[in-house]
Amino acid sequence: MFVRHLNLVDFRSYPQVAVDFEPGPSVLVGPNGQGKTNLLEALGYVASLSSHRVGTDAPLVRAGAQRAIVRTAIVHGGRELTVELEIVPGKANRARLNRSPVSRPREILGALRQVLFAPEDLALVRGDPAERRRFLDDLLVARYPRFAGVRSDYERVLKQRNALLRTAYLARKAGRGTPGAADLRTLEVWDAHLARYGAELLAGRLELVSALSPHVEKAYDAVSPGGGRARIEYRCGLADDGEDMTTSLVSAGSDGPRVDRDVLAARLLAALARSRPAEEERGVTLVGPHRDDLLLRLGDLPAKGYASHGESWSFALALRLASYDLLRSEGIEPVLALDDVFAELDATRRERLGELVSGATQVLITCAVAADVPEALRGARYDVAEGTVRRVC
Amino acid sequence: MYEGAIQDLIDELGRLPGIGPKSAQRIAFHILSADPADVTRLAQALQRVKEQVRFCSVCFNVAEQEQCRICRDPRRTDEIICVVEEPKDVIAIERTGEFRGRYHVLGGAINPLEGIGPDNLRIRELMERLQAGTVKELILATDPNTEGEATATYLALMVKPMGLTVTRLASGLPVGGDLEYADEITLGRAFEGRRAV
Ligand SMILES: Nc1ncnc2c1ncn2[C@@H]1O[C@H](COP(=O)(O)OP(=O)(O)OP(=O)(O)O)[C@@H](O)[C@H]1O
Ligand SMILES: [Mg+2]
Ligand SMILES: [Zn+2]
Repeated sequence: MFVRHLNLVDFRSYPQVAVDFEPGPSVLVGPNGQGKTNLLEALGYVASLSSHRVGTDAPLVRAGAQRAIVRTAIVHGGRELTVELEIVPGKANRARLNRSPVSRPREILGALRQVLFAPEDLALVRGDPAERRRFLDDLLVARYPRFAGVRSDYERVLKQRNALLRTAYLARKAGRGTPGAADLRTLEVWDAHLARYGAELLAGRLELVSALSPHVEKAYDAVSPGGGRARIEYRCGLADDGEDMTTSLVSAGSDGPRVDRDVLAARLLAALARSRPAEEERGVTLVGPHRDDLLLRLGDLPAKGYASHGESWSFALALRLASYDLLRSEGIEPVLALDDVFAELDATRRERLGELVSGATQVLITCAVAADVPEALRGARYDVAEGTVRRVC
Repeated sequence: MYEGAIQDLIDELGRLPGIGPKSAQRIAFHILSADPADVTRLAQALQRVKEQVRFCSVCFNVAEQEQCRICRDPRRTDEIICVVEEPKDVIAIERTGEFRGRYHVLGGAINPLEGIGPDNLRIRELMERLQAGTVKELILATDPNTEGEATATYLALMVKPMGLTVTRLASGLPVGGDLEYADEITLGRAFEGRRAV
């Protein structure tokens, strides 16, 4: 698929801007702070309903404006789809698909599949587990949009269960006795639901990690030849000592790796039962996919805390390129967006990366210096300056 | 800020669900310029609703008498009870014309974030109705969202020992939603295709 048109109103630095794109490589060139990344961020928002830079929507709306509008036209399989999103901080966003309003923004997921690599991705290697969980879940949604629902159901159940644990905890602390029978009964209910959605989410992640892992190894070797073997491993609180759940629970299915949801749900329930005393003591849910991590290894060492700056950066890039390869191998053909990648690479690696991605249906590239972009990716060029985007060749 | 009575009215309207400050202001000025007879009718309707409408002593639907119209209807069967969250859900299900049993209105759903547990809902009253032994099937028609599902699971657990058939509306309802917003056909189908839990 490719983005044919992007139109922004009051998004970030842009009062209004309209850009036409073509398949193949497009390079957005301009000095720092001119709004190049803002364009990729807008597309990323359409693809994932979140920004790769901020966790809240307020910074996405131009200072002084009330709401931002992102309109895109996406061509996929010869058909054009238009998506319109209205971002209103503090309120539910509104979305339209081919001009008809959808009942919830989530329904536009899947219309645009984008893999974005940005300097912020260094946090995938160096940051908290939350960064890597988000990486997995975003990719899971790009792979199967229905997981957006699973993810939000899980988060909602988790919030409710935590609220119940917290109330009971506070009541006990205030000397108002232990939770009543009715409260414990409801905890049982929340356990069951947490296990159901948790197992689904966990299964999705395990299947994903299992499918993604060969692509990561390959991509790392491509961006950093001879740099060692890069591996990923899902770290799950449910695992027994030394158990790797991507091998113990994943079996080969007709359409890729499969995990038995019932087995996972039963293990999750058992783990919840075991940690019940500790949870009541602390007033929070201590097991479940919201506590897991994705371990990144380079050779025999964990990347976090050990890898050099260059290695960490290559690993982050490899994770994105692997995501791209995986989706592509499954017939999804996402748009690839590379924000400021080439400035970090030496000449050989630039050329190498250029060749690696030059076959993509569409690659959107930002850079401050046009000369940094390798030969293979010199397609359409746009100058970005002072809030305007102008096609120059 | 306006002075006196008009600001009071804007404030009161603004406290109603779904009415923001701008709408409150628009409605207030509409009332100000409306025909006095219309305004009197509105004021009386507001007062009457508090004076005359109460909750049915059996099912907790809204009623003008001791029992609601549905509980008084002798043509309906006592063998099936449909459990819903709010009176508006009764209206939605009645519109489908698929259901000829009785209702039980819980008054909400289990929601720890809002401090609502089973004791805050009319669950004890439901259990008392079931003790009588007339009811053969319980339909759990709470909303198809996190809280509605949890409430349904909780009720299913509670009534399990009683040995009656417990069913849940078929999927196909908009997930994460509200029964009220399901159209008649979808809701009717969900009723027909209800499955045992
Ligand atoms: N909500 C907002 N309202 C107004 N301006 C904003 C808003 N958010 C960001 N900006 C402005 O947008 C500019 C940053 O744009 P962007 O990140 O796209 O730059 P860039 O061209 O990618 O620069 P670099 O080459 O440094 O990465 C900054 O000047 C910033 O002040
Ligand atoms: Mg930038
Ligand atoms: Zn009644």
